[in-house]
Amino acid sequence: MNLAATVYTLWLREMKRFMRNKSRLIGSMALPALFLLVLGSGFSGVFRYRSGVSYTQFIGPGIVAMSLLFSSMFGGMNVLWDKQFGFLKEILVAPVSRIAIMAGKTLGTVTTSMIKAAVFLVFLCAGGLVGSDPWGLAITVVFMFLISGAFVSLGIAFASQMTDPHGFQLIMNFIIMPVFFLSGALFPLDGIPEWLKLLTLVNPLTYGVDGMRFALGGPHHFSPFFDLAALAAFWTVATLAGAMMFRRMSA
Amino acid sequence: MTNATPTVSRSRSVADLPVKCEPDGCDDSKVIVLSGLGKDFGEVTALKELNLEIRKGELFGLLGPNGAGKTTLLSILSTILVASRGTAEVCGHDIRKEEHAVRRSIGIVFQDPSLDDELTGQENLDFHGRLYGLDSRTRRSRIDEVLALVDLENRRHSLVKAYSGGMRRRLEIARGLMHRPQVLFLDEPTLGLDPQTRRKIWNYIRGLKESYGMTIILTTHYMDEADQLCSRIAIIDRGEIVAMDTPEGLKAGLGGDLLELDVSASNPLFIEKLQEAEEVGEVAAEDGRLIVTVRDGESFVPRAFEAAQASGVKISAVALRKPNLEDVFISLTGREIRDEGVKEPKERMRIYMRGIRR
Repeated sequence: MNLAATVYTLWLREMKRFMRNKSRLIGSMALPALFLLVLGSGFSGVFRYRSGVSYTQFIGPGIVAMSLLFSSMFGGMNVLWDKQFGFLKEILVAPVSRIAIMAGKTLGTVTTSMIKAAVFLVFLCAGGLVGSDPWGLAITVVFMFLISGAFVSLGIAFASQMTDPHGFQLIMNFIIMPVFFLSGALFPLDGIPEWLKLLTLVNPLTYGVDGMRFALGGPHHFSPFFDLAALAAFWTVATLAGAMMFRRMSA
Repeated sequence: MTNATPTVSRSRSVADLPVKCEPDGCDDSKVIVLSGLGKDFGEVTALKELNLEIRKGELFGLLGPNGAGKTTLLSILSTILVASRGTAEVCGHDIRKEEHAVRRSIGIVFQDPSLDDELTGQENLDFHGRLYGLDSRTRRSRIDEVLALVDLENRRHSLVKAYSGGMRRRLEIARGLMHRPQVLFLDEPTLGLDPQTRRKIWNYIRGLKESYGMTIILTTHYMDEADQLCSRIAIIDRGEIVAMDTPEGLKAGLGGDLLELDVSASNPLFIEKLQEAEEVGEVAAEDGRLIVTVRDGESFVPRAFEAAQASGVKISAVALRKPNLEDVFISLTGREIRDEGVKEPKERMRIYMRGIRR
């Protein structure tokens, strides 16, 4: 069986479900929008970082990352719903390779997650809150892809270890939220306490946020090459882990 | 010494039961061959060593209570589960070594729903067709064909969410046919459906056999379903095949009609007297009722009354009926099949007195 055809089949399914579910789409975009609008405006008076950088401008790339993190992680963990509703059995009994299934599922979720995040990006560009240099945007898309791909795989890896969707809340509180808050999406990394700095440095999303800040002409902390290398390394590890665990997943 | 014992008995090895071919279009080629297939889950043995051959074009039933191992067997044959011992061939492909070839040659309708209910009926079928490598023209014509077969053409563009239980089951059967498998596994195809829908699904299943000459293997714990549909049945209990024959053969194996006698108080003398008759097979007692297996029941009834009178037993009601598969199951296992599983013989006392024969 043609690998590409299997990947496309799984990808197509994600797209169809995405197009059909407007309420879920709006629901998943509400939280990042709230952060951007309310936090951005609320802290604008007290935020003093570098001259000419407002708080809304500062957290813009962070909100794009937030949207990617949430949609990707939950999208990956949706495998668990497929298991719950039995559809996973239909997929796993077909004469196709597991790796192709995993790749299709991942690419589909990455696509939908990036579409949602791109809505924020367009909004930020239109509002003049981030730079809209074409090269910068192209680099941003690369970072977006790596962030999304890594967290979809991580979501699949978690889902393969869980038996039912009750663990979603646990993952939300103990993985997604800490990863988001410790990524420097909401605060600059200069001059923060040492313990907090340590936690942000081990967080892969930190490098995604920082890389996107650079690409969008904002104040960044690390070298963009370092950001890219760190994120790519995480992407590789997460993808391998997701693939390995999905292979052993039973319906 | 003539042996009037029923031909179906627990002690007899299933492997050497004669294979009879029905004149219904099946030929001698073996589609499924199990050799010593077994499965353990940790300490628990789900399937003992199973040996079984299913020929091309058969509508074969695996009948047994919930938890007997039917679904486990189907899962192994469809390569979702790996056997603990022994092996099997499906369409000439080894289930251990040629996983993909086996998967390509089978279609399976699972016991639990396995549709994407956020897709339409047609999209579910299209997804399946793509996974099995059908090109777009083939997909289109097959979708039309299988939807017509299960009468769902007018609902093809509705989301599966909006389907009723019976419609979902029909769509799953249709999906299992999309890639024209040589063998179709149906795991409890009418579980949880109302009687009218069940009968409809039976008709679809019969239709499949007629229009495609497909080999169909279905599991069920409904006696009537196995009886009405299947050309051959294996009764499976606690991971073992305890009998295998045509429905008629299984029932005939009981050795006659069933005579039910409602008696106020039975006594051993009466039972002994009943057993003296040459036509009588087994006598079972249950809640003030005796169930007598007897050949030529009509002419035996008066003699039963004579025996009752002679032993001081009062008969308050009599019923004579043909045995059904439920009776076969009880006779083989000493237990009843119920919807919720197997009822253990609590208030039921069984008297085996087959040995006394002239």
